[in-house]
Amino acid sequence: MSKTTAIDEPLATWAKESFGPDAAIVDLKRLSGGASQETWSFDLSNKSQITEMILRRAPTRPASTAQTEAIGLAKEAGILNALSGQSVAVPTVIHLFENHSILGDGIVMNRVHGETLAKKILRNPELEEARKRLPKDSAIALAAIHQVPLENLPELPISNGSVQLERYEAVYRDYGQERPVFELALRWLQDNQPAPLPNQLVHGDFRLGNLMVDENGLASVLDWELAHIGDPREDLAWLCVNSWRFGQSDHRVGGFGHLEQLLDAYNTQANTNIAESEIDWWEMLGSFKWGIMCMTMYEAYRSGADPSVERAAIGRRVSETEIDMLNLIKGLR
Amino acid sequence: MHDTPSTTELIDAVQRYLNDVARPGLTGHAAFSALVASNVLAIVKREIELGAQQRTDEKSRLLSILSADDSEELQSLNHQLCEKLRAGELTVDTPGLLEHLKTTTISQLSVDQPKYSGLKPSED
Repeated sequence: MSKTTAIDEPLATWAKESFGPDAAIVDLKRLSGGASQETWSFDLSNKSQITEMILRRAPTRPASTAQTEAIGLAKEAGILNALSGQSVAVPTVIHLFENHSILGDGIVMNRVHGETLAKKILRNPELEEARKRLPKDSAIALAAIHQVPLENLPELPISNGSVQLERYEAVYRDYGQERPVFELALRWLQDNQPAPLPNQLVHGDFRLGNLMVDENGLASVLDWELAHIGDPREDLAWLCVNSWRFGQSDHRVGGFGHLEQLLDAYNTQANTNIAESEIDWWEMLGSFKWGIMCMTMYEAYRSGADPSVERAAIGRRVSETEIDMLNLIKGLR
Repeated sequence: MHDTPSTTELIDAVQRYLNDVARPGLTGHAAFSALVASNVLAIVKREIELGAQQRTDEKSRLLSILSADDSEELQSLNHQLCEKLRAGELTVDTPGLLEHLKTTTISQLSVDQPKYSGLKPSED
């Protein structure tokens, strides 16, 4: 069962301090969470008013040696604040706990309702109209993310295409796996790299699973922990990576749309002129990266750090990214 | 050597136990882990069935692409292929190379994830 006692007291104290003596926390329950982050749902009751809230919480900060690109909850909150009122729906930050003695780091946000499971978003009949809107909604959201003035943001890692290519090659070499398709893709990526676009805010993991969808379309963009400063085409292409089409390969954009729809709406909204051919390189990089992320998860099994069957099994998903990279290379010849 | 029950029969027995007995009694993360465990056994079964022939075929294709000696091991041949791709000595334009990589990857997926969507490339 969820252990709520550890956090219900500090939350109740915060509620009374922030909203008055009648404020109380009700219906606190844990929604999900891995080893490093937890998500809790609760209602703030104040006199006769109920406000639905979410707490995302990291009980302990990851060790600085950990091989993670996650930016931490305080910076995520800073990004959400910078995007508040822009043409992208994001959760509203109500409070940020920093290094709280019991809660650790945590963001209290308003609770948004909608579907996040990719398979349901792609298949549920009641979301059919929403699916039609998703390519344009995604384009508008991404344009707004990419246009936020950098001076409004917390300090974020700078990581464009060439930085990522070098970093992921180093990770791949470090594992000592010799995979001919990765060598071929790496060479192709090195030889065909497009000139970088000016640095902008990049979400870094904009795909189904991190997007909340309701019957009106895109309701909220979640999970900002991989946000960074980089090339906006990264986000557009990551949404196209076949691993994120969840079986609906004939719809290149997230399993729900076509690239032309996405780019037309994006170029209009962002006043850019990004061509489909530019997405190819970034989609290849996306599959290359996801393959190496799968190797990294398997590596946790091989090293003994996480002996679970899931970590062992994901090592056998690398071949999925290999066929995706070969299909891309074949389509480009 | 005893082969009754066979390796495949033993794996079948564990798979049935996981799917028919263990999983219905589990919830949450434990249920998910049991599903993954069952899928892993399916991979092992497919590899037992297909692996040896796939490795033989892969080796004969590599011998031809690399003009290598028949005595070389598969791992060494793949090492050489990787080195040559990295050095740019072999490229997408090398005759037979892309076909070899595609056949090898499709074989690997027929063991790892035979239903993966990437096996039917889109027209988009």
